[in-house]
Amino acid sequence: MTARTAAGIVSLVAGIGLAGCSSFYEIGVDIPIQAKIDVSSFQRVLVAGFLTGGAKAIDANTETARLLRSQLRSKQDMRVIDSDVLSLIDEVDRQKGRPPSTTPDSDPNGKTEADLESYEQIFSDTAYWKKIGAEFQGPLIVTGSVMFNEVQKSGMVSRPTSVANDQGMEEFRSVKTYSDMKGYAITPKFVFIDGRTGVQLFSETYHEETLYPSSQNTPALSSYFELMDKVLPSFLNTLSSQRIRGTRMLLK
Amino acid sequence: MRMWVIVLLLLGAASPAYADRRTDAKDQLEFGITVAERGLWKEAIYRWEKAVEIDPSYGAAWNNLGIGYEQLGRFDDARRAYEKAMEVDPDNSYIRNNYDLFREIYDRQNRRRDR
Repeated sequence: MTARTAAGIVSLVAGIGLAGCSSFYEIGVDIPIQAKIDVSSFQRVLVAGFLTGGAKAIDANTETARLLRSQLRSKQDMRVIDSDVLSLIDEVDRQKGRPPSTTPDSDPNGKTEADLESYEQIFSDTAYWKKIGAEFQGPLIVTGSVMFNEVQKSGMVSRPTSVANDQGMEEFRSVKTYSDMKGYAITPKFVFIDGRTGVQLFSETYHEETLYPSSQNTPALSSYFELMDKVLPSFLNTLSSQRIRGTRMLLK
Repeated sequence: MRMWVIVLLLLGAASPAYADRRTDAKDQLEFGITVAERGLWKEAIYRWEKAVEIDPSYGAAWNNLGIGYEQLGRFDDARRAYEKAMEVDPDNSYIRNNYDLFREIYDRQNRRRDR
């Protein structure tokens, strides 16, 4: 046997090994995600209202309450209570003897994150939430805060660009260019309160951002829904188990 | 020439035990795939656990075990299995891809909680 033959045998063995590694089967999976809190003792849910800050291009309090109510109505079993959306900022101001919040027109930038922090004490005001709960026969109360801000960023972004190849045919290549981007960021915090006791059960904070080329004019409300879409599955998963469908590669 | 003969002899001496182990593990792994395709995930997991017990360096078996645990909602076990799969077979893009998909779900489950 020559060295060449031996090398051939070794490379053949290695080749078979590698081929074996790439043998795969795509299989569907249906993954169970457990609910984050047990809400089996509640028959009703009240989406009360939210502390809001940032861009005033949308009424984040009303929009968030409406969106969560409609999602809860269609995707879980508790009865969703229809009621006026509370203005928690006004409530805190009232409790502290401050004049009501400035009108939207006079304060186009809304409250800052630091402002909102000083209002968050309301989430641990058990007496207040117990009182609200008593009005609606002790439901699960959903409240929280929503910061919705305009953002602007500049940097290198990849874009598909049409170029002519050697044969004169059009093809697309990813080309990095410097670009000014603008968009919105949302930081919703959801707080779940037991309406029978006023005690906070659970809270969770998210952050999502979406950017577009600065030449593109995207309405704030569209961006708000686009961003909330990313957060909603996890919000719903707080109250009810969910299943996520997907595929994985089984290997031989 | 002499060196090649020695290499082949060494390979020949060492490979039967390894080959037997891998063959046994592969039998378990393949049976696991067959039952997983019929939706019998607990049985599949049992087979893949056997496979990694027989041959702990079998990346495919660890990968499949990760998928099985994920399917049953055993996320911490799934993470350990996928990470072991990547440790023993670091260049396998299928394992990396499965792991990335898993992490999306795992991280969402373990997203920042204030309370």
